[in-house]
Amino acid sequence: MKNIYLDNAATTPIDPAVLKSMEPYLRANFGNASSLHYVGLEAKRTVDGVQEKMGHFLGCLPQEVYFTSGATESDNMAILGLTGAILRANSGFKPHIVVSAMEHDAVLEPAKQLSKDGVEVTYLKPNNKGLIELDSLRKAIKNNTVLVSIMYVNNEIGTIQLIAEIGQLIKELNEKAAASAKATASRRKIYFHTDATQAVSYCDMNVVKLGVDMLSLSAHKIYGPKGVGVFYLKRGTPFRSLIWGGHQQDGIRSGTYNVAGIVGLGKAIELIADKKKNKEENKKIKELRDYLIKGIKKSIKRIRINGDMIRRVPSNASIIFEGVEGESILLMLSQKGIAVSTGSACSSGSLEPSHVLRAIGVKPELAHGSIRFSLGRFNVKKDIDCVLKELPLIIKRLREMSPLK
Amino acid sequence: MYNEKVLKHFQNPHNQGVIKDADGVGQVGNPVCGDIMKIYIKVGKNKKGQEIVSDIKFETLGCGAAIATSSMLTDMAKGKTLEEAGKIGKLDIANELGGLPQAKLHCSVLAHEGLAKAIEDYKQKSKKHK
Repeated sequence: MKNIYLDNAATTPIDPAVLKSMEPYLRANFGNASSLHYVGLEAKRTVDGVQEKMGHFLGCLPQEVYFTSGATESDNMAILGLTGAILRANSGFKPHIVVSAMEHDAVLEPAKQLSKDGVEVTYLKPNNKGLIELDSLRKAIKNNTVLVSIMYVNNEIGTIQLIAEIGQLIKELNEKAAASAKATASRRKIYFHTDATQAVSYCDMNVVKLGVDMLSLSAHKIYGPKGVGVFYLKRGTPFRSLIWGGHQQDGIRSGTYNVAGIVGLGKAIELIADKKKNKEENKKIKELRDYLIKGIKKSIKRIRINGDMIRRVPSNASIIFEGVEGESILLMLSQKGIAVSTGSACSSGSLEPSHVLRAIGVKPELAHGSIRFSLGRFNVKKDIDCVLKELPLIIKRLREMSPLK
Repeated sequence: MYNEKVLKHFQNPHNQGVIKDADGVGQVGNPVCGDIMKIYIKVGKNKKGQEIVSDIKFETLGCGAAIATSSMLTDMAKGKTLEEAGKIGKLDIANELGGLPQAKLHCSVLAHEGLAKAIEDYKQKSKKHK
């Protein structure tokens, strides 16, 4: 069977160079980075090296980089850790947080938990192109707003948010509040978090330029191993730990260092940090993606593309096939050795179609027919040719099967 | 998440299509929830003179489970007397498929309802003719 992997936004294959870098740390260099003997020291030095590399990549201090189990944990840390610290320090105060309605569940679910504990949550709607408008964010801010969390790149439709502009807006609001705070003392400082999981390969990741206080990313979306990620926490940001234990990472995130995973993450970042190679790779991915969309438009009628085409990562094509159900498309493609994903309800375990597509105003009957193709480093033109050969037949067959003609 | 039997029915559904001169038709579901099934039946008589489902076909817009349960339903109902076919329970179709994921059990219910509606449609029509 063919093996055409077009689900790189779900997870990426591990880069051979990443795997190779990790191997010694799963064999001879097995040390616990917290041990004081030479075995431990070797592991600690390795971890410190990656921390420094990450700091360089993100434009922050190495000490502001924390290793986690992945972006879900990092997102939870941002939402619950910050709000938890503020709640603890200000009894009786009811904080307000703003998250976009198209966030990943790793942000939405902790936000939902907080709202059960009395925290006020605003779910900011994007426009129908999948972009958060600065004006709508400005209007959502209140005197008790302590956190804004907006994802850098959406995982389903690939749209890129204006994170640096949002960062600038929040900075201005904070400065204005600070100047007048002496009079009112009621306005809180607003902290800014971005879930950058889908952005790392494609966007500027400098946290200073972005103006973020917290940032999340995951290794397995960038050709690294699963089970390791980063949480960037700017110095001075209030934080209450979620995981307590042996005081690793300054007690911010306890737990034995996942040395091999951290090494793999470091290698994955190193490959992306090679700007020339990264640029070439993204250009190739964009050409393939555009070729895919062009081919689908040519051979299949009644399709729609979700999300803005310009402010969008080069890897993503989110397409609605009208009058067909997404999971059926996915299963038939899978049968042909082509892996994609869908925003259909049927794939989610709930009966609701994708909250992202709903947030950008796609009607449920259309959202059921959405397919996400997400390309990556290892795709070639032949992969796309194969999709363009199989997909029209599958859509035709499923449309014939439907009672709605 | 689907077992092999479900996938088999999904990939090669049985009795998929339209009966142009159907005696009874039942359409259930809606596009908002994502699944629509349309069941066509032809009614004949067996040697004992009982009314039977002599032919059955389906058209379905929906997920893998919706297509597989439609296909399975037609297999189960074909040749049965209307009375027996009417007794195919809400979850019997899923059971016959060797089980469905929890979130997909409604597809089995939908197929059951589609057939019930087609039988009902036939009964209404035959009443009018009498």
